[in-house]
Amino acid sequence: MSRIGDEHAPLVDLGNERPQVPAQARIMSPIVPRASISGRALVAVVAIMTFLASITTGTVLLVSASAAEWQSEVSSEITAQVRPQAGRDLERDAAAAAEAMRAQPGIVQVKPFTKDDSAKLLEPWLGSGLSIEQLPVPRVIVARVQPGTTLDLAALRSRVTQVAPSASVDDHRAWIERMRSMTGATVFAGIAILALVIVATIISVSFATRGAMAANRPIVEVLHFVGAGDSFIANRFLRHFLRLGLEGGLIGGGAAMLAFGFSESIASWFSGTPVGDQFAALLGTFSLPPSGYLVLAVQALLIGVITAWASRRTLFATLDDID
Amino acid sequence: MVRFENVGLRYGLGPEILRDLSFLIPAHSFQFLTGPSGAGKTSLLRLLFLSLRPTRGLVNLFGQDVSLLGKDQVADLRKRIGIVLQDFRLLDHMTTYENVALPFRVMGREESSYRREVIDLLRWVGLGERMDALPPILSGGEKQRAAIARAVISRPQLLLADEPTGSVDPTLGRRLLRLFIELNRSGTAVVIATHDITLMDQYEARRLVLHQGRLHIYE
Repeated sequence: MSRIGDEHAPLVDLGNERPQVPAQARIMSPIVPRASISGRALVAVVAIMTFLASITTGTVLLVSASAAEWQSEVSSEITAQVRPQAGRDLERDAAAAAEAMRAQPGIVQVKPFTKDDSAKLLEPWLGSGLSIEQLPVPRVIVARVQPGTTLDLAALRSRVTQVAPSASVDDHRAWIERMRSMTGATVFAGIAILALVIVATIISVSFATRGAMAANRPIVEVLHFVGAGDSFIANRFLRHFLRLGLEGGLIGGGAAMLAFGFSESIASWFSGTPVGDQFAALLGTFSLPPSGYLVLAVQALLIGVITAWASRRTLFATLDDID
Repeated sequence: MVRFENVGLRYGLGPEILRDLSFLIPAHSFQFLTGPSGAGKTSLLRLLFLSLRPTRGLVNLFGQDVSLLGKDQVADLRKRIGIVLQDFRLLDHMTTYENVALPFRVMGREESSYRREVIDLLRWVGLGERMDALPPILSGGEKQRAAIARAVISRPQLLLADEPTGSVDPTLGRRLLRLFIELNRSGTAVVIATHDITLMDQYEARRLVLHQGRLHIYE
């Protein structure tokens, strides 16, 4: 028998009993067997959570993109209303106001609405065949602002009211503010749902980890006996949970991406129906841009990593208990 | 190597089962730990293996006060100790070979670096033909030999064995005792807990006798 520390000398001397055939390389079993961790339920939970998270994120991205589009459209327009006033000629005031708007730097296009245009705008409420002369209907002038220019609204207002005292100018700021608050509320709700989904995932993973540790307690004890530290033991379990998390993330995220991929077709099935029209108004074309798919992929990966992290946290806490 | 000073142990609020233990286990020493059933031999081995902390007193292992050790330090110290337990504690999903090689895997060594050593030891303990068998199909004696092989394979500085020859026939018992003696000659301090008088009579060694929670030493 050799001395301690002499690692290359054999521990026992077999003499003539020593086999002459060189030992073959062996495939070693995993220290924690994969079958001992009931992963199917966990994969399903993570997949469902990732799917919900991806649908939430995708919807938030669609709403934000549509809202940004509306905002840019609305903020590039200003509207002037010229109201009828006793003793003044409405037509002349409207023409003068349009002229004053054209003269304002930054305005690229001015479109005054004629009597017929105004009648058409009111048609849904007042019906067709309306004689607009009998009603005190204001005249509307729509002007388009050059993108990227900051319009001097005070100067425009004063210029327009100088030539048409009954006119008012509206830059749709109130609408934009409401739009902003609606988008903000949607994003906030989306983040809240995401947070809930992540918390639910962490709780599910913690339960699954505790179950796996309880089932493998004899293995943990033997590993302690042979001098394995907590990190060594935790890593043996962690690789299983990371794999399960990534598997669940891939399935859930993939399903959500497919759903968004087919969303245009789905939207077309509902087009013409009130629901379809509402969705089209809210979400535009219902198609996610490539960057959106990238966000969903990163999110699925993140959920896989969160699964591993939650498992690691529980592993160390449980190892403390077992020790 | 091991120093106990006025060590006492009780489980929960029960009576003290080990009382005022003070002794030394020098490096390279060989001793039998004996006493009637229930005298506390296994508890003393667990104290030596750091899987129990004393209720009172000082335990010093490899020059370190164990009450001051963190978990990682305990794990490092355990790498220097081999233990054979009465219930063997083999992993059922691993072959005999893999069970014996487990300490090397925990150390992070490559399989090729210890393969020959593990196979030689398995042949030595008579398990050469059972290397690929899983523990559930091994007999009690075979499991015991596999557990002994796992405890000695990494050549620990201290070997603790709880009734290591309890499940084997006298011939194999003598062979296993020879393995312990050889291990001791190569530098390992050995503590064998047994109440097998025949085994103790085969080798002249120090005897630590536990009786009613107290330790009596016969050099």
